[in-house]
Amino acid sequence: MTHNKKPKLAVWKFASCDGCQLSILDCEDELLAVAGAVEIAYFPEATRATVRGPYDVSLVEGSVTTYHDAKRIQQIRANSKFLITIGACATSGGIQALRNFKDVDEFIRIVYARPSYIETLERSTPISEHVFVDFELRGCPINKYQLVEVLSAHLHGRKPNTPAYSVCVECKRRATTCVMVASGTPCLGPVTHAGCGALCPAYHRGCYGCFGPMETPNTASLSAQWQELGVTDEGLVRAFRGFNAYSEAFRKESQAHEHDDN
Amino acid sequence: MTLNTNSSTKYVLESTDFQQLIDVLVGIGYRVIGPTLDHNAVIYDDITAVTDLPIGWTDEQDAATYRLNRRSDEAFFGYVIAPQAWKKFLYPSQVRLWQAALSNGSFEILLDSEKPEPMAFIGVRSCELHAIAIQDRVFIEGEYVDPTYHAHRENLFMVAVNCGQAGGTCFCTSVNTGPKVEAGYDLALTEVIDHETHYFVVEVGTERGQHVLEQLPVRNADKREAKLPKTITDQAAHQIKRHLNTDGIKELLYTNSENPRWDEIATRCLTCANCTMVCPTCFCTTVEDVTDLTGRQAERVRKWDSCFTMDFSYIHGGSVRYTSKSRYRQWMTHKLATWIDQFGTLGCVGCGRCITWCPVGIDITAELEAIRQTKAKGETIKEGSDENIG
Repeated sequence: MTHNKKPKLAVWKFASCDGCQLSILDCEDELLAVAGAVEIAYFPEATRATVRGPYDVSLVEGSVTTYHDAKRIQQIRANSKFLITIGACATSGGIQALRNFKDVDEFIRIVYARPSYIETLERSTPISEHVFVDFELRGCPINKYQLVEVLSAHLHGRKPNTPAYSVCVECKRRATTCVMVASGTPCLGPVTHAGCGALCPAYHRGCYGCFGPMETPNTASLSAQWQELGVTDEGLVRAFRGFNAYSEAFRKESQAHEHDDN
Repeated sequence: MTLNTNSSTKYVLESTDFQQLIDVLVGIGYRVIGPTLDHNAVIYDDITAVTDLPIGWTDEQDAATYRLNRRSDEAFFGYVIAPQAWKKFLYPSQVRLWQAALSNGSFEILLDSEKPEPMAFIGVRSCELHAIAIQDRVFIEGEYVDPTYHAHRENLFMVAVNCGQAGGTCFCTSVNTGPKVEAGYDLALTEVIDHETHYFVVEVGTERGQHVLEQLPVRNADKREAKLPKTITDQAAHQIKRHLNTDGIKELLYTNSENPRWDEIATRCLTCANCTMVCPTCFCTTVEDVTDLTGRQAERVRKWDSCFTMDFSYIHGGSVRYTSKSRYRQWMTHKLATWIDQFGTLGCVGCGRCITWCPVGIDITAELEAIRQTKAKGETIKEGSDENIG
């Protein structure tokens, strides 16, 4: 990397709520440092000015849900040296991947007055189903400190510290008492990827699985324990069908509890 | 008041005078840490007043369950043990080891030289004293001293409290770590409470303890009172329901690396690492090197780690212990067998935290027994087992 030329950074949006892009603007204290370290070449959420590609780093938010987007991601990949997906939509298909479990044409018929105007794909899919992804940053939304860490690590040629162990490790490090054991509150923490800093349990809530499956998730064992706590199959389907419903481990677990009557 | 003071003398401190113990410790300059009520548990945290104690509360513990309940009395130490051990103060979960700054083309190493405040722990149970003694062996008494642990440990004042009741997951009697405190304390208290009286029988373990005692409004215990620490801890011992059979424990585990029970445990184990995080003797850490965006600042941070993570056994090409079976086996075999070779004792003090705080209630005592009962297929650890296949 030459010292005179700052790497060009682009931020791309696919099907998403923009929350992860906002995490970049939410960096506040670090934002000037980000702007100092990279040339923000394409980031419509922040600036109308654009610089032509190719780009050194592309941050991609959102999932692929249309034919148009499926083509667009190919162009972005071709124009990007290093492609990082940010957030649950881009890494697992997002909440909109709930359509993957149903008939999307039926939704279109029910929701839109003129269904023929709508052209969409049957499934909402992560970016990695379409192109090679260099790094996936988890979260709904992403953790801004992790984003700065990933960018810093990339700029300085080191591996980012974004551990794939469970949320429980973060809970225990901050000395939060386990909500599942101490209050009988169902929690997805034991099967969920760390990164949020164990936010919800610190406020006496169970984990919602925003960061998707951890490295070796034993979802079947956790489900059995949730059932001990009184959670029904329907409740389990709902829990695993959150923001990361279409990630493999959560998808399979929700399907295992799906019956015709729920 | 004149006090008879030889080393075996016992004293009585009225519960109404307990605040003075806290005040004396604060006066000496200690940061006082003791049991206190959190949202849904009795935890160890900073305390300044006797009213910070979990007065009238108890904890009901079993595999994967912990519940706070009201007691019928106003006992100060009427609970068993907190979710997390004192380890969180002596060996913090996250420590910056050093920082570096880029200046004039070279690196400057910046060390954090701040000394931690001396701490006084109130309410340390016998099993916990044993756990601290084990960590002392690991961090201070070996060839390499851990400076962070040592700095927190060296001025620690220890007020132990004998157990008046056993928890549902306790098994200290199996591993000879309690319930009566025997050593390693400055002062040891036994809480005595009934309809008419509420006081503490005090035993002195060190000169420092004697110095603190002399500033308290205590009287000599009479013969009956002096026997209470034993009577009360004997009662607690009788309440213990779990048992860890330690007969030939090292050989048992060394010859059972292929026991089919490990596969069965793996169907339940979440590899979430809770057992290791709550264990008062587990000491594994990882270091993370962090640079800022400009590349001018860097730091190395040490964090609690666990043998249940994939990164823990990662070497070039992948993780050595890639199955949950191999990770649980590693943990349990270390606690109950290889620890003996490494440090001369078991790595388990029978506190039961790994049983209570396992979200799916895996019970180390039951699993060891299951391995004992199904050991027919056993064989010794040798190269070529799946442990060695990357």
